[in-house]
Amino acid sequence: MTTGAGELDFDVIVVGAGPAGATAAHRLASRGLSVVLIERGEVPGTKNLSGGVLYGAVLEGLFPDFAGQAPIERRITRHVTTFLTPDSAVSLDYASRGLAAPVNGVTVLRARFDPWSAGKAEEAGAFLMPGVRVDALLTEPGPGGRPQVIGVRARDEVLRASVVVAADGVNSFLAQGIGLRGKQPPRHLAVGVKAVVRMSAERIEDRFGVAPGEGAAHAIVGDCTLGIAGGAFLCTDRESLSLGVVLRLDALLSSGRSAIEVFEHCSQHPGLAPYLRDCEIVEYGSHLVAEGGHGMLGEIVGDGLVVVGEAAGLTINNGLTVRGMDLAIGSGVAAADAVVEAIGTGDVSSVGLAGYRSRLEDNFVLKDLRTYTGAPGFLERERLYGAYGELAAELFRGVSRFDGTPHRHLRVLARTAWKGSRMRLRDALGDGWAGVRAL
Amino acid sequence: MNRFDTDDEESHIVVDQELCRSTGTGPILIAVCPAGVFSQRDDEIQVEYAACLECGTCLAAAARGALTWHYPRGGFGIAFREG
Repeated sequence: MTTGAGELDFDVIVVGAGPAGATAAHRLASRGLSVVLIERGEVPGTKNLSGGVLYGAVLEGLFPDFAGQAPIERRITRHVTTFLTPDSAVSLDYASRGLAAPVNGVTVLRARFDPWSAGKAEEAGAFLMPGVRVDALLTEPGPGGRPQVIGVRARDEVLRASVVVAADGVNSFLAQGIGLRGKQPPRHLAVGVKAVVRMSAERIEDRFGVAPGEGAAHAIVGDCTLGIAGGAFLCTDRESLSLGVVLRLDALLSSGRSAIEVFEHCSQHPGLAPYLRDCEIVEYGSHLVAEGGHGMLGEIVGDGLVVVGEAAGLTINNGLTVRGMDLAIGSGVAAADAVVEAIGTGDVSSVGLAGYRSRLEDNFVLKDLRTYTGAPGFLERERLYGAYGELAAELFRGVSRFDGTPHRHLRVLARTAWKGSRMRLRDALGDGWAGVRAL
Repeated sequence: MNRFDTDDEESHIVVDQELCRSTGTGPILIAVCPAGVFSQRDDEIQVEYAACLECGTCLAAAARGALTWHYPRGGFGIAFREG
């Protein structure tokens, strides 16, 4: 079923000018459709915040050499994973210049990056409408009594289109408003708290051991979150650092701590002090993160509606990286192609738009989401955020310490550290096997 | 350090004090909000909506109905310069 073409203001309304919405708008406009890209911020990016790392392969496919043109911060050539205890840190440090080209992870600051991607949509012919909050989807009774989306409502204004692309972010108000998606339980959600810290480029390169234009991404677990499930990140921007914690809501609530308290503990942690010394916080922000993975996907297609990016729950946390922006871009591509097809055939019902889901299944987005189906369950294991870090720290303490008493063999040190950890072998083997299966 | 364009006419956060008490949502709001928007005074939850970072964590954690929360009107609220 379609609405009469004469009543339409646009072929497609895209709500939200983040990576998912801007990508969809660009692609739809490039195919000759009339597209409006509505954004509630005065300028795209002013409402948006990320952990910093964008995995760029999908964007490279759309805009070759994007990293040479877009306002990215740095190309990540160093990934450091750290288990932190109150007084020690055990790290795995992977550095490779090969990560710089072909492009892999790049850091972005959204207030700079999002205007660029929205600008690409405008260049392709999409009409950008900033400073407008969409209040609800406009619907009429459709086939089978289900709501058929025919546009959006913003204050007293109504805009009509054949299809609406809901790229309205993790809170997904539009899809929830018509009952397509429900509220997520706290164990599927995490709160991200982040500060941007000013630092000169030279100092960043010295402290983080990277070349000009290149950067480091640190993933930290353990005492940085006071053992609360989740972790911390520390990424290098061009002339700033992005420091944040991501805390699973159920774990935060049962800890009796506050998000602010945990973030402050992390930002003052002696294990991070060498990186953060003598610098100043210039911005503080937060973002809700959907972590349910494939199990949280749910409905993403309605009659006259497709849901993309975080609004569709497209985020992957595998414990070391949280990915969202590349999945958002991938979903924007899939949605746009399906919408073009549906409008072409004149069927914009959920049946006509079903190509969105099948395209997501075929491209990397749902394949990756499926690969990590077990990750959320694995990451619920509490020992990951305390006991293993302490075990590693105890082992390396034994290896590194020479105090005049005869040194013991590594095997003995390992056994002593293990006994001191008071973990049961059964648990550790269970965790290990679950990790192998999940990741 | 953050830039906010405060909507002086309209709060985008409204707490149902009664439901907040009966469901125990008050302490939850205070614990999860990264902006410190919520505080307790006497028996009531106070809301400093102008400081909101617009993440939606409070709504996700609140008992159904205890909190009305939506984005501020277009052009108002937090304006990230870094993001």
